[in-house]
Amino acid sequence: MIDVIIIGGGIAGLETACTLHTQGIESLILEKEKEIGGKLTQWDSLFPSNRNAKELVETYKDEIQKHTITVYVNTKVIAIKKQNDGTFEIFTSREIVFKAKTIVIASGYSIFNAERKEEYGYAIYPNVITSADLEHMFATKKELKAPSGRTLERVAFIHCVGSRDEKVGNHYCSRLCCVTGVKQAIKIRQMLPETHVFNFYMDLRMYGLGFEEMYREAQEKHGVQFIRGRVSEIAQTNEGRLQLKAEDTLAARPVRMQVDMVVLLVGMEAPECNSILGKSCNIQYNAAQFIVPQDIHYSSGITSAEGVFVSGTSIAPLSVFDTINHARSTALAVSNFLMPIQNE
Amino acid sequence: MILIMKTITKKQSWNSYQKEIANDNLYYARSCIRQNFFPASEHMFLHILQKELGKNVFDDPNHTTCTGIGYHADVVLFDTIQTVIARHFALMTEAGLEHMAISCVTSFGLYTEVLHTWEHYPEQLEKIRDFLYKATKKEFNLPKSIAHTSDVIYSLRDEIAQKAQHTLINKHTGKPLRAVEHIGCHYAKMFPSKGVGGAEFPQVLAGMIESWGGEVVDYPERRHCCGFGFRNYLVQANRGYSMSNSKKKFESMEVYKPDFILTNCPGCSMFMDKWQYTIAEIDGKTYDSYGKGIPVLTYEELTGLVLGYNPWDLGLQMHQVQSESLLDKMGISYDPHLKYTDKHGNQLPKPVSPLHLTQT
Repeated sequence: MIDVIIIGGGIAGLETACTLHTQGIESLILEKEKEIGGKLTQWDSLFPSNRNAKELVETYKDEIQKHTITVYVNTKVIAIKKQNDGTFEIFTSREIVFKAKTIVIASGYSIFNAERKEEYGYAIYPNVITSADLEHMFATKKELKAPSGRTLERVAFIHCVGSRDEKVGNHYCSRLCCVTGVKQAIKIRQMLPETHVFNFYMDLRMYGLGFEEMYREAQEKHGVQFIRGRVSEIAQTNEGRLQLKAEDTLAARPVRMQVDMVVLLVGMEAPECNSILGKSCNIQYNAAQFIVPQDIHYSSGITSAEGVFVSGTSIAPLSVFDTINHARSTALAVSNFLMPIQNE
Repeated sequence: MILIMKTITKKQSWNSYQKEIANDNLYYARSCIRQNFFPASEHMFLHILQKELGKNVFDDPNHTTCTGIGYHADVVLFDTIQTVIARHFALMTEAGLEHMAISCVTSFGLYTEVLHTWEHYPEQLEKIRDFLYKATKKEFNLPKSIAHTSDVIYSLRDEIAQKAQHTLINKHTGKPLRAVEHIGCHYAKMFPSKGVGGAEFPQVLAGMIESWGGEVVDYPERRHCCGFGFRNYLVQANRGYSMSNSKKKFESMEVYKPDFILTNCPGCSMFMDKWQYTIAEIDGKTYDSYGKGIPVLTYEELTGLVLGYNPWDLGLQMHQVQSESLLDKMGISYDPHLKYTDKHGNQLPKPVSPLHLTQT
């Protein structure tokens, strides 16, 4: 029996495993995808430093290898059963049953499916893309052009797509889309200096270290224009451009604008597996299906079920910075929990 | 019979919006204004379903207005309109029917709103049952389904295509006719799940156009309201606002050179037709290349043309923008001398021709 099984091989799971290793605790990672690294494997750069995301993933891969932490990829957790002695059996898409003293849920997040905001025409108009698509285009060095082949004269970013939105049932703020919009707008201006970039926002939540400075730099140095107002709809013009309608709430007037590309800044959602894991382990999760910690301030890595812990964005949208810190905090909580067992 | 409709076309992210549409044994709820605006449309709906397709549809002389115009103008209270609609359900129940086909999109929106209210506030339903009983001694069952009559035609579009005498193919070019479809706001914008295709990419009219050989124009102002809005026409001072909305749509669709506009709302059909005349009178502008305007049809009129009915029996001569250009493209023959005659062939007075909207 292993001390800890970590469900999820994104940065939260990887950091939890590495920190546990430094505490002398063995863990095993179950990852449903074919490789570890989570969403960061698809990302180009990290704010606010513009650090290459793959560099961070590679750092973790090296650490995992160095510490000889076992990782099972292509392994989807189906159910968890708590035994009478307080240990756990974990059933997966593999035939073997895993046994552990504790479990850490590091299931990460899902990217909001922008097709649900039908009025924006994602998956209908080819030049409506998401921030995740754009990040992948940056990462793969894909040339930015309109589908017609014409250069991008204007690009519009739409903030809060799938977040703080009654219509799609997501009341919470995804926290990272604002700064992602600023980061990506700057990048487009750097790559294509002739392209005009507009960001349509409700309000900008630049809460993190260096975020506000990036926002200021976007305006002053890179000429990104920020318009306070939500876009109500997007439609295609005869030339294949996109017409969007919004209200400029600072100027108190409606805006109708034609652009060559729209980037939807999609929010974060709890993955579908959270509710399955939650029911399976008898832990609490909220209406948005994020896992509810025992105490949001004092013990945010501990769940309502004894021996089950939670790490990273399984509790709420978090930045990479916050995810890593939370994962370390969870590892410490696991270590504290196991110490009396190991001393018995 | 209740069909669960399935749509298969090229881009179908809106495919999740499907609904149950009953297309037989229907209680017909007429509109209070459509018979004035488009005299043949409701008659043709009944004729096509009953005579062409052999469906059972009950046209009840005791059915009244739903009072929707008064409700949206703030002169009819919600309790009142609920009781009026409850009476319609009572008439349906007395007729031994369980499914309603509603001719007006505003009525359809209101029936939907009332049923939705009763689902969430059952005490309201009990109150209305009590009101209706005290006023009329009538009791009622809730309908098993309600559908707009455009839903019903949509559900029968393939059956109609098999009987088609004319398709939506331009006889001169062999290419599909280009159609603008315009959906009334009350059809699905309030309750997207109750419209075929939802509110953003409704399929109810697009499905008919595609099934009958035409091509739907997706233009930037496709979703924009026609400007009918009850307050916009009830208050005369607001009518300029109404027209400006239609103008915005015409300007947006003009570059696509549509052959016709298809609507499913009494107000949209009328205003998109009549405002073309008004705009032409004000600044000489028409939105086609020949000074004739873009014909605006109801879905019953289009169905009638496809099935080979005489355009004058469909009442197309009652429109402000005349339809001969479309009839020629569809290869439909017509006798211009019979355009303004009654059913006995007697000549009726011809309307005065406007200055800028050619009437042939």
